[in-house]
Amino acid sequence: MNRGTAAWLFLAPALLVLGVFFLLPVFAGLGLSLTDYDLYALADFHNLRFVGLANYWDLLHRPLFWAALGHTLYFVIVGVPLSMLCSLGTALLLNASAARFKPFFRTALFAPVVTTVVAVAVIWRYLFNTQFGVVNFVLTHLGISPIDWLGDPHWAMPMIILFAVWKNFGYNMIILLAGLQAIPADLYEAACIDGASAWQQFRQITLPALTPILLMVGILTVSGYFQLFAEPYVITEGGPLQSTVSVLYLMYDQGFKWWNMGTASAVAFLLFLVMFVATALMWRFGEGRESVA
Amino acid sequence: MTQRPPARIAVLLAGVAALLLAGCSASSQHVTTLEFWTVGPEGEAFAQLLPEFEQANPDIDVRVQRIPLTAAHEKLLTAYAGDSLPDVVQIGNTWIAEFAALHALVPLQPRVAPSKVIHADDYFASAWATNVIDGTLYGIPWYIDTRLLFYRADLLRDAGFDTPPRNRAEWRAQMDAIRATSHGTRWGALLPTNEYDQLLALALQQHVPLLRDGDRYGNFGSAAFKRTLAFYADLFKRGDLPDWTNVQVGNPWQAFGRGEFVFYLSGPWNIGEFRKRLPASQQGEWSTAQLPGPNGPGDSVAYGSSLVILRHSKHQDAAWTLIEYLSRPDVQVRFYELLGDLPARRSAWESPALKGDPKLRAFRAQLEHMRPAPQVPEWEQIVNMMQQVAARAVAGELTVDEAAAQMDTQADAILAKRRWVLARQHAAIP
Repeated sequence: MNRGTAAWLFLAPALLVLGVFFLLPVFAGLGLSLTDYDLYALADFHNLRFVGLANYWDLLHRPLFWAALGHTLYFVIVGVPLSMLCSLGTALLLNASAARFKPFFRTALFAPVVTTVVAVAVIWRYLFNTQFGVVNFVLTHLGISPIDWLGDPHWAMPMIILFAVWKNFGYNMIILLAGLQAIPADLYEAACIDGASAWQQFRQITLPALTPILLMVGILTVSGYFQLFAEPYVITEGGPLQSTVSVLYLMYDQGFKWWNMGTASAVAFLLFLVMFVATALMWRFGEGRESVA
Repeated sequence: MTQRPPARIAVLLAGVAALLLAGCSASSQHVTTLEFWTVGPEGEAFAQLLPEFEQANPDIDVRVQRIPLTAAHEKLLTAYAGDSLPDVVQIGNTWIAEFAALHALVPLQPRVAPSKVIHADDYFASAWATNVIDGTLYGIPWYIDTRLLFYRADLLRDAGFDTPPRNRAEWRAQMDAIRATSHGTRWGALLPTNEYDQLLALALQQHVPLLRDGDRYGNFGSAAFKRTLAFYADLFKRGDLPDWTNVQVGNPWQAFGRGEFVFYLSGPWNIGEFRKRLPASQQGEWSTAQLPGPNGPGDSVAYGSSLVILRHSKHQDAAWTLIEYLSRPDVQVRFYELLGDLPARRSAWESPALKGDPKLRAFRAQLEHMRPAPQVPEWEQIVNMMQQVAARAVAGELTVDEAAAQMDTQADAILAKRRWVLARQHAAIP
């Protein structure tokens, strides 16, 4: 047996699993998106029609699809930087030499990540209730008139973003904290002796050292945030006035609620395309930055 | 996701155990195992009646599986796709058309005709009609659900009215008066803008079908529907109704108890909720009234749960025995006592438990005045769309005419496949 065959034999189990549980469903989904598979086709296979790219064409002409894409981009563009800033900020605080009770704060800040979305979302619904919510109670005491968080189409998405950031920043915080702890302390000592200020140390040592990790965390967060679903599903049910319907929410409605599997698969592939382009751009941008540094 | 492997092992073990047990018991006696899926709290209540049923039918062993309402539709469709449906299912009557289109249900007329228990004329007519798709009976109504007005009699008196409204004009006038006499501190009614039942009930009062040409196209552009939509949107515009979704309300029962609104357009389960949640001092102050129509007391929507037998079931005789048992008037009364489910049979309403209850009187009257929603598989999608567009009209983004036109455009798109399937069936018949 030559080395090539042996290598393939070792790879075979993994490739088989990947093929059966990943590639096959992906190609089946792609095939499905070219048909009008729906309830009627489920009842009688003769009702299945090959429609080519019609599902994609129809979607690109549906205002709801563009609205859903807009809501998702809004969520990603505001949510990801906010989430990264929170993660980086808390990681820096936890890493600071002056910080006390580190294990406690680390656990407390990480806790939202391990809570159940549904249970926490229900609590947030009460916190943000327009009449009795704690949030509006505090705002009123600060002299700000109460905000209709759940009922005003302009405020529902900001609330979802706040929720998602609070729920998720702890995860990236732990990764960034590990990155911070890996930066050799003598670099800072040397900078101190040279008279670098805290800001200069952050700009010249911390950020460059963290760049690869920030890039990885950023890409993971972007791809995660594009898949917004559970938060609006539980908190706002896509409302008010469909202002929190995300692309994935639209896919769920089409696929699992109305059983329009053809349309739902087309939505999935369009979302994949958008995410692919977004993360590829980030990657290119990040690589350019790294080579300069 | 992580629960899958253990679940599979459990199924496997259960399968092995079942094989072993079957090997032991097959020779001794024939016990039919009947799979029965319930949606909502009925499964729990049925568990209390199960011993009685199994005592009377020792050869039937009923396995009940309870599905939460929010997951029921998905679960049933997935089970159909995976060919793992049970023998009997409790199914919402608006879903029957869908499962009939899937050829998943057994026609029941041949079984009803000789039955000593189930008599079609004892059932409320529109409840029965919701189970007939294109002339074929697919389900037996189990309990009934409709929508009407709950109201605070004390607050209505404060506004100067001793009786609830009988038509839409009176209803609107009363709500205007409530707004005025309370100086805007109290709303007329609560009709959450993300629930379609209320607008649907009002639209069905007009006796003009919501779909046209054999349910091939939307008929929301009809003058009658536009009148209803205009009435509905105007109630919000003149300040009688708050434009709240049920997400914003949070707890409608407490809000009703605090008197934030006087009328609440909702269903029979709220009788139990209000009895449980409002203090004893308020129990005499709330009541129910038939839904006001365009000219006098109006119709409402005929909802409810039905019992169906699945086509692939190998125990259809046993399944029918179970359905007959659950349809007995005395058993229906027991379900009312356990859960507050409204019986689908007129004879069950003769029982003192139901007849003597003043809060139920309006329901008894409303049950004779109900109309089914259109019976097409796409209805759930269409009615959700209808409400989403209506909510935009309420918010002032669309005029009534624009909203009606948009509902028709979207309904026509949703029904496109149905038109194609019908045209093909038509062509196939020479």
